[in-house]
Amino acid sequence: MLAVGLGHYLVVSALLLVLGVFGIFLNRKNVIVILMSVELILLAVNLNLVAFSATLGDLAGQVLAMFVLTVAAAEAAIGLAIVVIYFRNRGSIEVEDVNMMKG
Amino acid sequence: MIAAIAFYVFAIILLFCAARVVTSRNPVHSVLYLILAFFNASALFVLAGAEFLAMTLVIVYVGAVAVLFLFVVMMLDINFAQLREGYQRYLPVGLAVGLVLLVELAMVLLGWQVAPDAMNLRFAPIAAGTQNTVQLGKLIYTDYILIFQVSGLILLVAMIGAIVLTLRDRGVSRKQNIAAQLGRMPANTLVMMDVRTGAGIGELGILRPEVAEPAAAAQDDHHHGAPGAGGHH
Repeated sequence: MLAVGLGHYLVVSALLLVLGVFGIFLNRKNVIVILMSVELILLAVNLNLVAFSATLGDLAGQVLAMFVLTVAAAEAAIGLAIVVIYFRNRGSIEVEDVNMMKG
Repeated sequence: MIAAIAFYVFAIILLFCAARVVTSRNPVHSVLYLILAFFNASALFVLAGAEFLAMTLVIVYVGAVAVLFLFVVMMLDINFAQLREGYQRYLPVGLAVGLVLLVELAMVLLGWQVAPDAMNLRFAPIAAGTQNTVQLGKLIYTDYILIFQVSGLILLVAMIGAIVLTLRDRGVSRKQNIAAQLGRMPANTLVMMDVRTGAGIGELGILRPEVAEPAAAAQDDHHHGAPGAGGHH
């Protein structure tokens, strides 16, 4: 059971999600901060899952949160590897320079 | 009561850190605030009774992901001042999108209620008196074993992908060339000679190694490194 109501957890995680989305728009040039913002968004998702899991007394939410954690770690590793190799090739990590493939 | 106060303290620090992550001028500060945010989030997890997940968050995020971010930020020689250009220009758009999202979430939060039969629809009810970790382990290794294996596979693929992406082969490694070893013919290496009785090998010219051999060996299989390193000279 939660010490405070479920609504408090939901408000915190909603604000966290909004901050993450805000960060993506604010640091539109810096890929590293965008990756950190994505981590914040996934943290908000995990907070929601854990809060619902604790309120309903259902452990499935925590299992799902663990898998979200796994995928988030893999995503961060791959994203940072791409940033490193991109910086090696172009000497910059600006999002607007990502046009080598001319997609 | 104490738990409620702790919740508010951790939540406020968490939100402050998240705000600093996205608004910091220096990305190193961003990473450090991200670490603090993860610590506070794990404290919130503990308050919600998810101890195992809280510890995993600290180990995985603070121990691995945040250090990875820190490495990349410090390793790459990036002109961060240049990346801050257009910050003022993007601010209104970001604020507008964030505000819209916040209003939408508030509308969802205000007009939302738990389904009456939610308690009967639980998949894995938490048993009283059992440790969180024990119960989670039992659940993962029985009902969720397939997803658990798949998540391990995802991590493996991510690891291989990161290595493949960032590995630079400078051509200095001395690896075994099995094809060259197996494709070696007797004519390339073996010379049949008639040796007169009592003749020295020096005057017959069959003294090995020949003077020219190292250069020839270096030419035909240069990636073996020194002659004899592969064990077939």
